[in-house]
Amino acid sequence: MADQSSGRTASVSPGGMGLSKRPKGKSRELSPAKTFKWTIYHLFAAGGAIIMVYPVIWLLMSSFKPSDKIFVTSDSLIPDPWIWSNYTQGWEGIGGYSFGTFIWNSLVLVVLATIGAVISSAFVAFGFARLKFWGSAFWFTIMMITLMLPHDVVLVPQYILFSKLGWLNSINPIVIPAYFGMPFFIFLMVQFIHTIPREMDEAATIDGCGKFKLFYRIIIPLIAPALATAAIFSFYWRWEDLIGPVLYLNKPSLYPVSMALKMFLDADTLSNWGAMFAMSIVSLLPVIGVFFLFQKHIVEGISTSGLK
Amino acid sequence: MRTAWKNQLTGYAFISPFIIGFLAFTLIPIIASLYLSMTDYDLFTTPGWIGLDNYVEMFTKDKKYWQSLKVTFLYVFIGVPLRLAFALMVAMLLNTASKAIGLYRTIYYLPSIIGGSVAVSIMWRNIYGDQGIINLLLNSLGLDSVRWFADPLAALWMLITLSVWQFGSSMLIFLAGLKNIPRPLYEAASVDGANAFHRFFKITIPMLTPIILFNAIMQTIGAFMTFVPAYIISKGTGGPLDGTLLYSLYLFRQGFQFFDMGYASAMAWVMLIIVAVLTSVLFLSSKFWVHYESKEG
Repeated sequence: MADQSSGRTASVSPGGMGLSKRPKGKSRELSPAKTFKWTIYHLFAAGGAIIMVYPVIWLLMSSFKPSDKIFVTSDSLIPDPWIWSNYTQGWEGIGGYSFGTFIWNSLVLVVLATIGAVISSAFVAFGFARLKFWGSAFWFTIMMITLMLPHDVVLVPQYILFSKLGWLNSINPIVIPAYFGMPFFIFLMVQFIHTIPREMDEAATIDGCGKFKLFYRIIIPLIAPALATAAIFSFYWRWEDLIGPVLYLNKPSLYPVSMALKMFLDADTLSNWGAMFAMSIVSLLPVIGVFFLFQKHIVEGISTSGLK
Repeated sequence: MRTAWKNQLTGYAFISPFIIGFLAFTLIPIIASLYLSMTDYDLFTTPGWIGLDNYVEMFTKDKKYWQSLKVTFLYVFIGVPLRLAFALMVAMLLNTASKAIGLYRTIYYLPSIIGGSVAVSIMWRNIYGDQGIINLLLNSLGLDSVRWFADPLAALWMLITLSVWQFGSSMLIFLAGLKNIPRPLYEAASVDGANAFHRFFKITIPMLTPIILFNAIMQTIGAFMTFVPAYIISKGTGGPLDGTLLYSLYLFRQGFQFFDMGYASAMAWVMLIIVAVLTSVLFLSSKFWVHYESKEG
């Protein structure tokens, strides 16, 4: 892969934030020219940043406005009057189920699929990165091809397969395939394992460690950051996934958050924008929360593997 | 000998989840899909063999199919280059030692994290509404409001801007690449009197070409499969006048709304071929524009 060399080094120097490498104390005086450059730079960077997040802030502030005021006052961010009822109304849910049900459904999907994806991918990655066996290069190539395969190609036949198995209206079609390794995560972990010195393995093997023990005693703890990255991305993809639920979950009692929002949209009458916006914000909160908590892992994960 | 066999078995034991999953959920389905594409399968009756009829129908009779191809190509070939250009521009902007970089990087990346969600598509639908902030912005610039949901090209523009808005992950990959360009290269160039413009085109761009190639391939494939925004923004119809009928959405409609699974499978195979051709073209073209250090010595 084209990015391998650059990716490897990126993981060694994590993040690369420009934080305080300079000598402490503000002894250096900025010349007027430098101050000017500094100001222009931050005007640009901050201006761009504000444009990027403005829509999200607009959504957030609109969720506190009465529905009939949202578009009349869409030029102002400040709700007047400021109300909470969109949240209480939205939380009551739709189709007879409270929004709490949808969040619970999403959590079940996310947790089960993520556990499966991370564990199985770590297994496979260890096999590819550390074990020598006939055909390993062949299977690795196959995996890289799968990684680039458009998912639409398997949509129809998978649907038929899962319906023949009687899995419609269950979470099986979404959760079970995750237990067979996710190519993106395998690739990420293989990359990561390659950065671990092989002397580690040899020392462990001399001490009488079998391959399996080597895997879970030595490698697993060392690749914890990669596992965390995979778990975070799995969380995002499952939480936001729509096509899986659209195809396989056709009862409101099974709907995850993404489907619930779609239901709000379909029932979109002039009156309930506020509730829809409020629940959109609620659905984004875990995503944004995880993002701020685990930023470092995310940035490294993308820089090393080109994860989306 | 025994240990050799044992090594083989251990290796396969570890990668067996992938092999089983690949066979069950990828390879066999793909082959099945090729067979289905030559049938009139509708999920309820037994598939009837109709040879290449689906493909013939698609290319010679189905105007919507051509429309969805057109829309998708516009979406991919406008959206991906714009996204990469923004990604590179912002990455270069952020590739300086300032204390605020961490914060900026976070903010610029945020849309990529939430962008695939239904919530963001709902948001996008509404900022482009008749009274939405985009029209307010146009008005404040002295321009007329655009009825984004009435004009097919305007509607497609909503999808393209939503895709460009999520340039964050490419940006992070570029940023990692920029940090790997050896400083002395720039210093030597400056000594030789190269200005910023020269340094950008003679050093930065050539050194980044492997990453540009990687980003271009992954983003193109990803863009081809875009579904959620089109599905949510058009409320599942692909409207107005099929202006947002992206390929995936049309495939979904054929397969799961009209239950023409044979036709949807044929569409899927054509998509596979298009994506394979595009990827190969990008790979093959890389000989002419991607710079690999090792080869040049």
